[in-house]
Amino acid sequence: MKFGIVTFPGSNCDVDAIHAVTDQLGQTAVSLWHRDHDIQGCDVLILPGGFSYGDALRAGAIARFSPIMQEVQAHAERGAPVIGICNGFQILCESHLLPGALMRNAGLKFICDWVHLKVDGTAPLYLAGYTAGQVLRIPIAHGEGRFAADEATLDSLEQSGQVVFRYCDAEGYVTDAANPNGAARGIAGITNAAGNVLGMMPHPERAVESLLGSTDGLPLFESLLARVGA
Amino acid sequence: MSRFRVSVHIVPRKGLLDPQGKAVSDALHALGFADVEDTRIGRHIVLDVNADSAAAAELSVKAMCDKLLANPVTEDYQIASTVTA
Repeated sequence: MKFGIVTFPGSNCDVDAIHAVTDQLGQTAVSLWHRDHDIQGCDVLILPGGFSYGDALRAGAIARFSPIMQEVQAHAERGAPVIGICNGFQILCESHLLPGALMRNAGLKFICDWVHLKVDGTAPLYLAGYTAGQVLRIPIAHGEGRFAADEATLDSLEQSGQVVFRYCDAEGYVTDAANPNGAARGIAGITNAAGNVLGMMPHPERAVESLLGSTDGLPLFESLLARVGA
Repeated sequence: MSRFRVSVHIVPRKGLLDPQGKAVSDALHALGFADVEDTRIGRHIVLDVNADSAAAAELSVKAMCDKLLANPVTEDYQIASTVTA
């Protein structure tokens, strides 16, 4: 399976993502520049974390108009996998490939920490390697990660199984205390209606080897590999 | 074609938590400004636009707001003033 990792000016988790899918998952990856129009036959596109365009205006607002985003949109519309992590999630929301928006953390601080996530939702492409309700330990690093959407959108996301990760405590309870940024309904990650576009604030690519403290992010990539094939 | 200076106010939508605004409200209350009910902090953008008329300049800025300057999910915008630049 071939991954394309998009680098925008200001991306800083692109190399981590390449490391995760090559060294840990054993697949191939190419680095794609945001001005590219050719995704080089990649099966999966990842928009990595960072601060594209220095978060000018709003996080992801300008990256959304980078030339490669036309290809990302076409890839998503074909039903092929697109993953946005952290800043990538912000870009996907700004692009309207995912509903909602990511706003300033409720506590105003940038948070770099480990959190617990509860696996929810019905996106087999990304969740097949997990059990429903499983509690994961994955790091976050963001200042604008508070997921927001109107109530009707939140209801619809929940009813259609598009909420795939929620912040929870170590026992798996979704509580206000376990919600690091004030995200609506504790939402940490969602998919589009078709289940092929995933956006999440936590960093699964930083949780793929025990040396780094957790391997809980690896099944996400393994689920993809099992579905899309080597 | 003339040049117009168009100012836009962009603020977080009412009802959505604006933590920055809340922090400022709390500080104002602590300073004795008990009459402050709500504070919302957004952006003020000033654009110099070439257009045939003030109305055309505003129309263009509205399109910019819809496409890039404001996020329709979380923000409201309002053209505050349009003057000849």
